[in-house]
Parts: sequence; structure tokens; C-alpha cells
Amino acid sequence: MAVVTLTINDEMVSAQEGQSLLSVLHEHGIEMPTLCHLEGLSERGGCRLCMVELEGNARLQAACVTPVAEGIVVHTHSERLVKYRMMILELLFSERNHICAVCVMNGHCELQAEAAKIGMDHVRYDYLDPDLPMDASHSRFGLDHNRCILCTRCVRVCDEIEGAHVWDVMGRGANSRVITDLNQAWGTSKSCTSCGKCVQVCPTGALFTKGATVAEMEKQHDFLRWILDGREKNVWAYERNGK
Amino acid sequence: MNRADLESMAQREQQRQQAFRCRILCCASTPCLSSGGTAVFDAINTAVTELKLDADVQPVATGCMGPCSRGPMVTVQEQGQPDVVYQQVTPEVARVIVAEHASQQKSFADHVLPSDDPFFAKQQKVVLANSGLIDPEKLEDYVAHGGYLALGYALREMTPESVCKEIIASGLRGRGGAGFPAGLKWDMVRREKADKKFIVANGDEGDPGAYMDRTLMESDPHRVLEGMAIAGFAVGAEQGFLYVRGEYPVAAKRLERAIRTAERRGLLGSRVLDSGFNFRVDVRIGAGAFVCGEETALMASIMGNRGQPTTRPPYPAQKGLWGKPTLINNVETFGNIAPIISGGAAWYSTIGTPKSKGTKIFALAGRVNTTGLIEVPMGITLREIVFDIGGGIPEGMAFKAAQTGGPSGGCIPAEHLDTPVDYESLRALGSIMGSGGLIIMDERSCMVDVAKFFMEFCMDESCGKCVPCRVGTVQMHRVLERITEGSATMADLERLQELCTMVKETSLCGLGQSAPNPVLSTIRYFMDEYTAHITHHHCPAGKCTLDQQPVSEWVTA
Repeated sequence: MAVVTLTINDEMVSAQEGQSLLSVLHEHGIEMPTLCHLEGLSERGGCRLCMVELEGNARLQAACVTPVAEGIVVHTHSERLVKYRMMILELLFSERNHICAVCVMNGHCELQAEAAKIGMDHVRYDYLDPDLPMDASHSRFGLDHNRCILCTRCVRVCDEIEGAHVWDVMGRGANSRVITDLNQAWGTSKSCTSCGKCVQVCPTGALFTKGATVAEMEKQHDFLRWILDGREKNVWAYERNGK
Repeated sequence: MNRADLESMAQREQQRQQAFRCRILCCASTPCLSSGGTAVFDAINTAVTELKLDADVQPVATGCMGPCSRGPMVTVQEQGQPDVVYQQVTPEVARVIVAEHASQQKSFADHVLPSDDPFFAKQQKVVLANSGLIDPEKLEDYVAHGGYLALGYALREMTPESVCKEIIASGLRGRGGAGFPAGLKWDMVRREKADKKFIVANGDEGDPGAYMDRTLMESDPHRVLEGMAIAGFAVGAEQGFLYVRGEYPVAAKRLERAIRTAERRGLLGSRVLDSGFNFRVDVRIGAGAFVCGEETALMASIMGNRGQPTTRPPYPAQKGLWGKPTLINNVETFGNIAPIISGGAAWYSTIGTPKSKGTKIFALAGRVNTTGLIEVPMGITLREIVFDIGGGIPEGMAFKAAQTGGPSGGCIPAEHLDTPVDYESLRALGSIMGSGGLIIMDERSCMVDVAKFFMEFCMDESCGKCVPCRVGTVQMHRVLERITEGSATMADLERLQELCTMVKETSLCGLGQSAPNPVLSTIRYFMDEYTAHITHHHCPAGKCTLDQQPVSEWVTA
């Protein structure tokens, strides 16, 4: 693979052609807030937290969906970008119900962590307080729409890794909601394998294991790493044959 | 069918039409149908039968004639005489028209729209040349007006490369709104190497008050198909998709029928006009999402997925439908192709301004005397459109602003009435050309209310994929609502401006990136109205209720 050279925050770095800008930033230890991105899943480019400035490009670009290119000059933490990230987080907090003190994920939540890292300590916008239900019909897991930030990691992991495609999104705009099957109760889903991958990749307390109480829920997505490593080493016969 | 057959078909149809002494054209486009056009056409037919004029008079249901607010429209073409256009025709009037023209008396003066009316005089019809003159459901009628000759010429006398060159030379720019040079896009798709390529015509017009694409598809469907076929030949695609908005059933029906007739006659399908070129077109019907007018969302919808945009690059020209290079243009852009090929790029580029060539169709709506569909050369001033073509503002009111580009555009105030209408000038004013919606507002429109209306539209139509657009539009709408209710403070206005810039710069697709435009442009030109609402609790247009108070005032009281 060809190597390209680019400038990130006034420093020259090299990267492999075809890599995403976000992965290069991570490799060089540059702290980038992300919510919809998760290594091992396809990129969505929806949370807009990893926006960067590219010199010579009037538009900001999301680093997760921008491939590196020779000679690009990237700025990741300009005053404007930090301000926008703060505003986007405020918008996310205002959208549904994110009261950390009563959340199963308190202390382990990615949304909470990003807000703490950036120093977002209050929300200047109206809380929209939508009237959203919970789905506790599944025997092992629960879904609380109030905590959902619509990152669609659950949708992608179920489709791309588990291959069941139980999850999808219905409605549009602020009325969007993740659904199981064709908006049937999760517990009645015939396609759900109860693998729990969606719960483990969910960044907030929207998906949780039943029985967890405040701050008890911790999530691990290293299984994605194992799957990726397995794929790289070509351990699965069906994937070998597929190629 | 080959080119000779095409010409003989045209001649036969011309002779058949000339055999009638008089043709009565009755508009069967949606606006006229909704104001009673069907009854008028029925009345004409009955009158012709009753008066036993079948051999003399031919009633024709045509496409749009233009002045929609004056419909139902009827045009009478009598041999050796200038056309007479009638407005606001009722079934009774229609019967009288038939009788008078049959007895060759002088025309029914009350309803005649004079032919030197500035509504017609200032227009230049290139794309809508056939609209209102031909029966959109009859292939022969289109062929008699020179239809499919451009396709025949391109297939026999030109190479794909020279077609692209011709389009580049014509200076045609995409009519969907952004104004990307169409020829360059075609050439990009042509250069891509792939086993399959696709053509997509975007007929998912969604701006409130705009109906240019609908009219074109309803009035002259074969023109769009011919443009698509030429594009297919130029870029090497054998399959086209016509994405029609779900709310346009008449357009979809006429296009389906047009595709079937053209395929039966060998003008589409396998071996088009006896050449080696194959081109199939399928209609895809949208399900009512504004965002599907965005090209990546539209392609997702065609492929049967949720209509949500994806980031570009890769551009559709590189990876579009099913990962193959795809040429996607607005239907109006395709409507320009046949005239460019038949008339030549040199002729086409004489119309318009140095950077914006050709004509543009606008749906003139709002507070003007004559609303309707107009086609004007680029570079015409807004003043000419509003006061000559539109006939000025009714009830002696003063012009306040014109909104171009719908919810993605901005307003143009009275001091800029003499700006030429082209891509660059409108952008310099903080608005955009857009797809052609043009809403005229008078003193009674409150600009904050207008901004709120468009923000509500964007909020409802946001797909929900990216955060700034999904939540930002709701928050911006809330602030605008507070301003019109009277409970906003100047700090809210600052927050609104900050949100506008953020949503504009960080949103994923064109919908979010342009959603703040109406707010930004009304703030730019009508800041005094915003401050009047907030600091003086007064709506200059007298539209807003302003019955609430800011919370801070509650506290101090």
C-alpha cells in the first residue's frame, strides 16, 4: 500500500492510503470525540463530533468518513471546532432524557464521558422532553428510547456482525426511533438471536441488561476486535470460500 | 423505427393536424384540472359533437400553458389566424367558444388574454416549448414538433465524447439548484470505467410552492425521456431511472405511458432507432420525503433502502446506484438536452448571462397578480418577473421580498429588485437559484414568520441521521416560535444565529447545510423586524400574536 504524507495540527505524519482520517488521528494519539463511530462497524458520519478543518476546503469534514490524501493539511481543534462540538453535545443532551444520576450507565457512558472531556457542564437549549416509551419485553435486555442518541451502532452491529438485522430506524428527524423487526416488541422478535451485541455496543444507557441498576451497567465491545482479527487472519471457512 | 420512419411519422401527424380547420387546446395540467379543467374539456367535446364539428375542430388536452391562477386555460388555434388564449373558462364559456369559432364570428372577448400580455412577451420558451401545445399522452404529437430528432441525430452523427463536448460548450448548469456544470458531470461519468452505468432523473421536487418539474413531466414527458436517452448514449449507460415524487400521480402515469409508447415504437428499449444503443427507463415513485431530492438519499431510495443521504465523496459519478457510476440530473436539466443537440451549443449559449446560460423555469407564486409557471432567460431582473410577467402586487400593496430556492434559499428584498437572476448574483445576495420556486411577499408578510415557516418545514423533513440537523432545526424552530410569540430575548436571537452557523457548517447533507438560509437571510435584510418583535413587542406586518412575555420579565415583575 502506498504511503501518504499529511499535516495534522502543524505536524507532518504519514499514513497508509485508503485509511480514514479518524484512524490516523487515533494512531497519533489525537483525542477526537466520537459517538457513532465504532471500530469494526461501518462508518455512519452522523454524530458530527469528529468534524475537522481541511485547508483549502470551505466545508468541514467528518474525519471518520474522510479518506486520507497526500498533502492535506488538517486542523482538529480550532476554536470553531471545539465550540461546534460543545454545541452538538448540548443538542444531544437536550434532545431526549439524559439525566445521568438515575441512569444505568452513569460513570460508564460514552456520551457522559465526551461531555466531561470537552467541559460541557450545562445545556443552553430547551430540553425537548419527548414522551418516549421503554421496551422491557425481552427476557434479558431492555430498551429505553429516552437515552437513545440514534447513533445506530445497534442497527449496524446486528446487520453487519450478527447478520440478523433485527434493528432498524423508523420515523424521521427528531421523531426517529430505533425499532426491532417491523416495530414489534423486542421480546416477540423472531429474528433476534439474543446475542446481546447491540447492548454491548450501545454508547449510552438506551440498551441495557435487565436487572442493572443505577451506574451498574458496563459495556465491552472488545468482541468486535476479536471478530476483526479473525477476519484478518481468515479463520472462517465460509469467508475464505466466499473469496 | 429509424430516422426516416420518424420523419414520416412527423409528417403524417402534421398533415392530420392541418386537416382540421381549428384546434381547441385545453390545459390538462394539475392546476387547471383542480380549477375545473376536466369539466371544460368535457364541455368542449360535447359541444363539438353536438354541433357536428368533428371533422373541422379537434379538441386536444394539453400540458400547462403558464398563467395557472387564471385557469382553466383554453387556446384556440385557427388556420391562418393568430392563436387566441382564453382564461378562466367555465363549461358555459367553453360551449360559447366552440360555437363562435365554428361560426367564425369574432372571438369571445371577455375571457381573451391578449397575446401581447407581458406575461407571455417577456418569456422565452426552450424547455417548455411544447408545453400547452401538444397532447402529452400522444407520442405522435411530440414527434410532429421535432421530437426524438435530437436523439436520432446524436446516435448517428455524434460520438459520446462529442455529445459531452456539446453539453459542456452549451454552458448548461444543473437545474436542481446547485448549478454544477452539467457537461462536466456527464464527462466524468463517461470517463469512468465500469460494466454498468446508470442515468437518474430527479423528479422529486419538494420545495413548497414549486412545481416546475411536475409540469415538465406532465406536459412534455417525452422530452425528459429523450434527454435521458441522449445522456445514456453520452455516458454509456443502458438503464435509466426516473424518480417521481409520490405526490405527482398524474406525472408518473403520463411518464409510464410515454415510456411504453416509446418502447413500442423503438425509440427506447433495445436497439434505439435501429442503432446499437439500448436504453431502458423505469419510473420509481417516492414515498413523500423531501430529503429524497438529495442525490445520495434519492439513490438509496431507488435501491429500496431508507432514504438517507451519505457523505460525498465518493460522488455518484464514481459510485452511485449499486456502486456503479451514475449520472444524476434534475428533470429540467434533461429537458434542456434535446434543444441543445438540435439547436447547437452555439445557439444555446447566446441565451442568458456569461456564466449562467439558457433559460430557467420558475414557479411564480405568492402575492402577484398572475401566478403560474414561467420560463425566462437567465439574467432577467427580478423586477421584470414580478412587475411585468407577474403583473405586480395585488391590491396596491408594496413589494417586500421574494423567496428563491424555497426552504434552502433566502429572501431578496426590494432594494435588490434589479439584480439579474443568475446563479452567481443570487448567491451573492445570500440566496440561491434553487430549483425554481419563487414566492413573492408583500407588506403583509412577517419575515420572522416566513423564516419560522421554512424552519418548520426543514424540521419536519430532516431525516434524522446527523445531530445538527435533527436537533438543531427543532431548537432553531423553538427560538423562532418564541420570537413570534413575544417571549424571546436578544440573547435568544444571538443563540439562534450561533445555531444557524453551526448547523450550516456541520450538517451532513444539503438539507441541513441550507436549512438555516431563510433565517440568515431574513436576519441580514430584516433585522429591524426581529428587533421589533423582541424589544418593542411589535410585529410590523401585524401577523404575529406576541401574547407571551420573556421569562426574565416574569422574574423581575
